[in-house]
Amino acid sequence: MSNTRTPATSVKAETPEPGKARKMLQLLLADKTATIAAIFLIVIIVCAILGPLLLDQLATRQNLRGRNAPPFDLTRSFFWVLGGDQLGRPLLARIIVAAGNTMAVATGAVIASMTIGSALGLVAGYSRGKLGDIVPRIADVIMSFPSLLLAVIVLYMLEPSVSNIVIVLAITRIPVYLRTTRAEVLEVRERMFVQAAIVMGASHLRIIFRHILPVILPTLLTIAALDFAFVMLAESSLSFLGIGIQPPEITWGLMVSQGRPYLTSAWWLSFWPGLVIILTTLSLNLLSNWMRVALDPTQRWRLEIGGKKNG
Amino acid sequence: MADQLLQVRNLSVTFQTARGPVHAVQNVSWQIDRGEVLAILGESGSGKSVSASAVMDLIDCPPGEITSGEIFYEGRDLLTMSRAKRRAINGKKIAMIFQDPLAHLNPVYTVGWQIEETMVIHGTSAAEAKAETINLLRKVGIPNPEDSAQKYPHQFSGGQRQRLMIAMALALKPDVLIADEPTTALDVTVQAQILQLLEELQKETGMALLIITHDLGVVAEIAHRVVVMNHGEIVEQGSAREIYANPQHPYTKRLISCAPGQGEIHDKVSETEPLLKVREAKKLYGAFEALSGTSFDLHEGETLAIVGESGSGKSTTARILLRLEESSGGTALYKGKDLFAITPKEMFAIRRDIQMVFQDPTQSLNPRMTVYELISEAWAIHPEILPKAQWKARVATLLEQVGLQSEHVHRYPHQFSGGQRQRIAIARALALEPRIIVCDEAVSALDVQVQGQVIALLDRLKAEYGLSYIFIAHDLPVVRDFADRVIVMQGGRIVEQGPVRQIFDFPRETYTRNLLAASLDPDPEVQARRRAERRAKEAV
Repeated sequence: MSNTRTPATSVKAETPEPGKARKMLQLLLADKTATIAAIFLIVIIVCAILGPLLLDQLATRQNLRGRNAPPFDLTRSFFWVLGGDQLGRPLLARIIVAAGNTMAVATGAVIASMTIGSALGLVAGYSRGKLGDIVPRIADVIMSFPSLLLAVIVLYMLEPSVSNIVIVLAITRIPVYLRTTRAEVLEVRERMFVQAAIVMGASHLRIIFRHILPVILPTLLTIAALDFAFVMLAESSLSFLGIGIQPPEITWGLMVSQGRPYLTSAWWLSFWPGLVIILTTLSLNLLSNWMRVALDPTQRWRLEIGGKKNG
Repeated sequence: MADQLLQVRNLSVTFQTARGPVHAVQNVSWQIDRGEVLAILGESGSGKSVSASAVMDLIDCPPGEITSGEIFYEGRDLLTMSRAKRRAINGKKIAMIFQDPLAHLNPVYTVGWQIEETMVIHGTSAAEAKAETINLLRKVGIPNPEDSAQKYPHQFSGGQRQRLMIAMALALKPDVLIADEPTTALDVTVQAQILQLLEELQKETGMALLIITHDLGVVAEIAHRVVVMNHGEIVEQGSAREIYANPQHPYTKRLISCAPGQGEIHDKVSETEPLLKVREAKKLYGAFEALSGTSFDLHEGETLAIVGESGSGKSTTARILLRLEESSGGTALYKGKDLFAITPKEMFAIRRDIQMVFQDPTQSLNPRMTVYELISEAWAIHPEILPKAQWKARVATLLEQVGLQSEHVHRYPHQFSGGQRQRIAIARALALEPRIIVCDEAVSALDVQVQGQVIALLDRLKAEYGLSYIFIAHDLPVVRDFADRVIVMQGGRIVEQGPVRQIFDFPRETYTRNLLAASLDPDPEVQARRRAERRAKEAV
């Protein structure tokens, strides 16, 4: 056929619009893997908020008799199910408590770098003047600097606190968003519906936020989900170098690196926190994949028809 | 029947889609013999290309599935043949050319190399292939064939690229050439040349030519027989003249009556003070003059058509008038203000008055906004037009005025057909209550019947709202039916302007005459007469 075939128009009669939130929930439930991912993330968030309040005592008290206790030992209490660490602290409790710091660092860094990076990218892509030339150079400067070196210098001079780590990680991740956003904006800006908006007299802000941003947002969210893992691991390597989170504060990345010397004798020290990092990133990716489809009206039918995948 | 060269018998093809199976073609049968030109005529979605794709083994299975039927080539059923055997026939015996030649030429190889390659694959020696390539290029009318063979696809114009595709298809001297909308993307004068070339080559080689098209004019120009398709079924087939003169099926009747260029010519000439006065408008891209000093007036309540081929500067005119691009010189006076010189703030106030409808509604409507959001955006930008409380009611009224149902406000653009989308775009333009609407090829992407409906809608709205149109088009018959005055442009200049009747019946300039002569009439008789005239002229 010479023309592209659009999926047949919705056959359902126009029912009165259900609430936006409810509709989104229906779309989420239509995708089983995304639902599981969402539930997992909610559990992690709950741990991150409540964990430090409830389990802090348990997670930090040393117990040398439980040193490197193996996992699945049912003679101990529930929190020992994943084993104990090198100082005899229950791993499960530590993972739950560490969720707080890990999430704070990762979320903070990702949100900050995404906001700043895409804002700069929007400016760089949309502006036809000098700004469009200058802003991408910022990205070049940041990228030409080894990110770990930057982190080492900054954290050596400043106090290695959670907020400083967030700032350092955010700065090093800005170029990713800046470049992607700029490239996408350069393309979307020339699309016909943007021209149509200009003809109507739409202001620059309206064009950027109403017409361009919604089109590129799914891409940015996908990158953010991937970046989440990167930031968690970057934080752990900083911690490994001793300029990241300082013990007794804990994060998953720090737990992985602390368990490294014991890998041959007590694998569980690094394995469990590593597994949580993997599952969290995986869930984020699954969820962002679902979101990309759910936010796109031309793709949404894939979820609405439920289960059956096509194409 | 068995002695037919290519025969499709009771072919049915089904595509599995998310919303259940779609029967792309059902029980389609046609045949074509040596030396014959068959046209398959149909609108988009009619399944006109599907049977040809089945012949070429281009249907993806899944999601496509050939549920019944046979395709005989020289008495052998292609569908039961092995893939390897089919490949030996495809390309060598049955060749195909497509609508968009640029997409089918590899940009990193010279065109000569690409044509040679086809021959070498099928067993010609390299030296022979080289000589034959030059020969073919000469045959399809490429200037300086020796030099051209060393050039890359991007160095050729659209018409030349289609010639290259034809040369490539002819390289192996096929028995059947299938051309899928071969001239749709081309200018009228180029279209005429390509069709003429195809006809000559077909006569010379005696091959069978199958043309798939939506254009009655193409059928009238070249086809001996025609198969008319609608919704995946053949509604009628017969000789091209017979079908045109005496259509039997109601669908064919409707299709023929919808062909533009048969209506009354508008004779109204407005004598009022011009609404918009454009003087010496210029646009430079670097050293290239896209628009070199055009001047024209637009009167109140008038439809001014700007016609021309690609690169004539007709769209540039629209773009600088709407300040989508800055002009490089000249003035455009509207209500005493120069549109080219005023500040963005002043322009904002004038934007309400001058609106635009774009060529492709699929691209000009934001895919992430509902119809309601699309139309009401106009009032979000210009809040003085309508208080928010009345938005809903007004959107509903506008939708009904452009012939859509008001219940569809919460749908997204992709849930509508092409014609409906263009109606939404028109409703959006109307929301601002403009005085001038610039239609940039606004009906070019639509099927003939839909085209007629949208033109009728524009005509009605003009009377209701007292609008003036600047109607940019390359399709002369549509302009003839719709416009009051016509401007003919070529290479950034106005060649001729005047009332429709004068331009169409008494053109003064050679270019206008050529343009008119090149445009295709849906009547095979008329086309035959024009062809004869052209031959006579060439003979002289």
